[in-house]
Amino acid sequence: MKEYDIVVIGGGPAGLAAAYSAKENGIDNILIIERDNILGGILNQCIHNGFGLHVFKEELTGPEYAERYANLVEEKNIEYILNSMVLSVDENKVVTVMNEEDGIFEIQAKAVILAMGCRERSRGAINIPGYRPSGVFSAGMVQRLMNMEGYIPGKEVVIFGSGDIGLIMARRMALEGAKVKAVVERKPYSSGLQRNIVQCLDDYDIPLLYQHTVSKVVGKDRMEGVVLSKVDDKKQAIPGTEEFVSCDTLLLSVGLIPENEISRDLGVKMNRKTSGPIVGENLMTNVEGVFACGNVLHVHDLVDHVTMESNIAGKKAAEYIKMNKVDTSGKKIQLIPDKGVSYLVPDHINLSTLSDDVTVRFRVTDVYEGAYVDVNFDDELAIHRKKPFLAPGEMQEIKLKKDYILEHQNTDNITFKVEAK
Amino acid sequence: MYDVLIIGGGFSGSAIARELSKYNAKIAVLEKTEDICEGTSKANTALAHGGFDAKPGTLKAKLNVQGNKMMDKLTKDLNIPFERNGALVLCFDEKDIPKLEELKERGEKNGVPGLSIINQEELRKLEPNITDDAVAALLCESAGIICTFTLNFALAENAYENGVEFFFNTAVEGFTKKEDRWIVHTNNGDYEAKAVVNAAGVYADELHNMVSSKKHSITPRRGQYFLMDKQVGDTVKRTVFQLPTKFGKGIVVTPTVDGNLLIGPTAEDIEDKEGVDTTKEGLDEIMEKSKMTLKSFPYGSVITSFSGLRAHDEEDDFVVEEVEDAEYFFDALGIESPGLTSSPAIGLMMANLIRDKLNLQEKDNFKETREGLPLTNRMTPEEHKALIEKDSSFSKIICRCEMITEGEIVAAIHSPLGGKTLDGLKRRVRAGAGRCQGGFCSPKVIEIISRELNIPQEEVMKNNSNSKIILGRTKE
Ligand SMILES: Cc1cc2nc3c(=O)[nH]c(=O)nc-3n(C[C@H](O)[C@H](O)[C@H](O)COP(=O)(O)OP(=O)(O)OC[C@H]3O[C@@H](n4cnc5c(N)ncnc54)[C@H](O)[C@@H]3O)c2cc1C
Ligand SMILES: Cc1cc2nc3c(=O)[nH]c(=O)nc-3n(C[C@H](O)[C@H](O)[C@H](O)COP(=O)(O)OP(=O)(O)OC[C@H]3O[C@@H](n4cnc5c(N)ncnc54)[C@H](O)[C@@H]3O)c2cc1C
Repeated sequence: MKEYDIVVIGGGPAGLAAAYSAKENGIDNILIIERDNILGGILNQCIHNGFGLHVFKEELTGPEYAERYANLVEEKNIEYILNSMVLSVDENKVVTVMNEEDGIFEIQAKAVILAMGCRERSRGAINIPGYRPSGVFSAGMVQRLMNMEGYIPGKEVVIFGSGDIGLIMARRMALEGAKVKAVVERKPYSSGLQRNIVQCLDDYDIPLLYQHTVSKVVGKDRMEGVVLSKVDDKKQAIPGTEEFVSCDTLLLSVGLIPENEISRDLGVKMNRKTSGPIVGENLMTNVEGVFACGNVLHVHDLVDHVTMESNIAGKKAAEYIKMNKVDTSGKKIQLIPDKGVSYLVPDHINLSTLSDDVTVRFRVTDVYEGAYVDVNFDDELAIHRKKPFLAPGEMQEIKLKKDYILEHQNTDNITFKVEAK
Repeated sequence: MYDVLIIGGGFSGSAIARELSKYNAKIAVLEKTEDICEGTSKANTALAHGGFDAKPGTLKAKLNVQGNKMMDKLTKDLNIPFERNGALVLCFDEKDIPKLEELKERGEKNGVPGLSIINQEELRKLEPNITDDAVAALLCESAGIICTFTLNFALAENAYENGVEFFFNTAVEGFTKKEDRWIVHTNNGDYEAKAVVNAAGVYADELHNMVSSKKHSITPRRGQYFLMDKQVGDTVKRTVFQLPTKFGKGIVVTPTVDGNLLIGPTAEDIEDKEGVDTTKEGLDEIMEKSKMTLKSFPYGSVITSFSGLRAHDEEDDFVVEEVEDAEYFFDALGIESPGLTSSPAIGLMMANLIRDKLNLQEKDNFKETREGLPLTNRMTPEEHKALIEKDSSFSKIICRCEMITEGEIVAAIHSPLGGKTLDGLKRRVRAGAGRCQGGFCSPKVIEIISRELNIPQEEVMKNNSNSKIILGRTKE
């Protein structure tokens, strides 16, 4: 059985950055395993620009960003295998892999970094009644179909969900000459980035219908249209507000789910809110030596954040290899999402492993203007930060200084909440 | 001229075809859709019912119990999954326990083995995730779960391997009786046969009424479902029914043979025989009623919803017979639930009727077993490895959720009665049947179909010929 210090599962931006960072931190024996035929993950199908503003200080397209990282991996001689699917990881960190060249085989790892990304929610998850004709797609699938395979699925489109992928695909389909009749959003606000609403909808005169839902798919063989309804405060369709809109295609952009089947089978504990592993400030899961980063940990909107998070996972995995274990016996401070905050990553801070400042990433539950984010160490207000604009679609970050944490070692809970004005 | 023409490629038609293929006879199945398993047989609860529910003395009761007993050998011969996981009927009120006793007695009258009534404590032990409101239950050990798709394919493929011909996209439109034969008119020309079998599901009344003065009337009784992710597949181990209450007939919560959780069906009489759409009311009702069984409804785990139509005849029983005033015309009509369970027995009963009528002779080379498709997730790791040694495409994952390889998809495309559509392949090998419902793999499966059948990708269909998936090329 081949042995590696670190096996990284997934060759998307998270896996690449984690491997690179582990290498920079002194580990040579690393293997990245990717099931697709190229490195770069989901970025390869994101041919629009807007990537890398934070990490590279320039605007790149998805494939360009991916290529930069793939090149770094090549330069550093980090090993990777493509077209190889990880089937499972067991508690002894034996990784079972399958590919066409070698069939099913096993690899022994000392540490594993989970970087499998996420997948899209399907129609079933949102219960749109009606027949099941062709023409209902997830937005990411259409993105792949158009940008990588060169096919268009339809000519008259309705998009359900105003997340970034939905917005970007509205523009993409409009550019291909399709008629995008509407982007439909159940909430009173978009879950996508503000800049994408302007650049993808406003510039193309595509209407965004807030507080609406697709209440039915019409058509039996190929789609013939959708019924749209207004929704009430509980996001339920209001009877009598139905309106038929003809279209041959419905794109669903209704959320992403971290791909944690392997993690779950391995016994990694999950956060119900994020659907990703519960990790400490070192991004290690409850299974010793197993780390997680990127969309498999929680869904990110910017790849730059993925990269920064993954740098930490790589670094911490490297430290783990060098010390050959971690000491988690020390005091644990719990991070608690309170009013207006839906989740926090990490979930806790282990004082015995704390070695740097801790970046806490989170999402808010509503749209707020001119609000404050308060961070309390038990009852003591530690941070009171003004945020001109907060929305669930834009992930937030707040850094907790290592020195401050160490000065407050007796803290049990660190609480994050939004103070609306 | 054919000896027998069977109309319909659901369980009924396929089971009849298989049983008849034991005899020296020229047989064909005429199916109006593009594939096997496109009618009711693709959308049901997929249970091998024990048989305690049917009224004693009815054909339903008899064929149900007989069909259930035949399942072990049949599923082994045809190499498809079947599991006797057992069923429970929950009772939510001490006062209703006599109703459980009644069910038990009825079952015993029907000849159902392994029935017992268990108390709350035993129930908890068996199924920890059901609500505390359940006070007792009827346990039926002989009930089982089965893969509805592969049962249908296996029956049809085995019939095909034994010489039965299949004609798809062939809708029967009328009949003419000539002295010694029936002429069957279809959208694809005329077919002639000594005997005709009407196994047309919800349309069986219409075909019957074309030849007989004694009319039948079938009402489509719709049942809607939620299919849940495998993550919650072990919420219950047994199939859990509810005793009917003042809120009407209950719903079922059951694991599937593939490890999902299935919740449903509703029961609503509708007019449209094509009305397999789901409705908000129906889906809401399932959620509401499931709360009686489960401590919590696994909302986040729904991967799809669907509906099927029971062919409810007004006479409220199965009809398996030669039509009185239309000699050599046979009906398998009103085959509503438990039609899946009964199908082996329906096949046998009908084949015997026809054998006697046409004086058919058994052939000596009937092939009773079917190898089936090489399905890697039903193999041991050793078997899978051995297969990869022979053909490495069995290690190339196409459908990530269900871990289906290219080898399996290609094998399914080239299988007897091969899959040609996305849905056809989904039912044969489960590509696209998983949690992302084809989000990842559809483009790849389309590519493989296009390559293997040598057709442009734009011509690959979801199911029938009006269900194109890709409408064109992007600008360069
Ligand atoms: C459709 C979409 C559009 C986006 N658009 C933008 C944008 O415009 N700007 C921006 O900044 N960000 C965007 N993002 C966000 C950002 O790009 C992603 O968050 C980032 O790519 C996530 O990186 P990742 O490595 O965690 O996941 P991924 O890029 O998904 O990579 C995961 C990799 O793991 C592999 N993998 C998974 N399971 C296995 C296994 N079992 N064995 C082997 N390999 C496996 C996958 O094949 C994949 O390559 C977008 C995200 C999505 C999903
Ligand atoms: C909601 C629901 C739940 C059920 N649950 C169970 C269960 O758990 N256990 C159980 O045992 N049973 C169950 N059943 C019953 C079972 O599914 C049916 O009894 C069975 O599928 C009927 O098979 P069939 O072959 O008679 O009909 P179908 O599967 O409908 O086949 C009829 C075929 O005839 C074709 N056809 C129709 N008209 C024509 C024509 N003019 N020309 C050519 N072809 C034609 C159709 O296209 C179709 O393929 C359930 C049914 C429903 C609806």
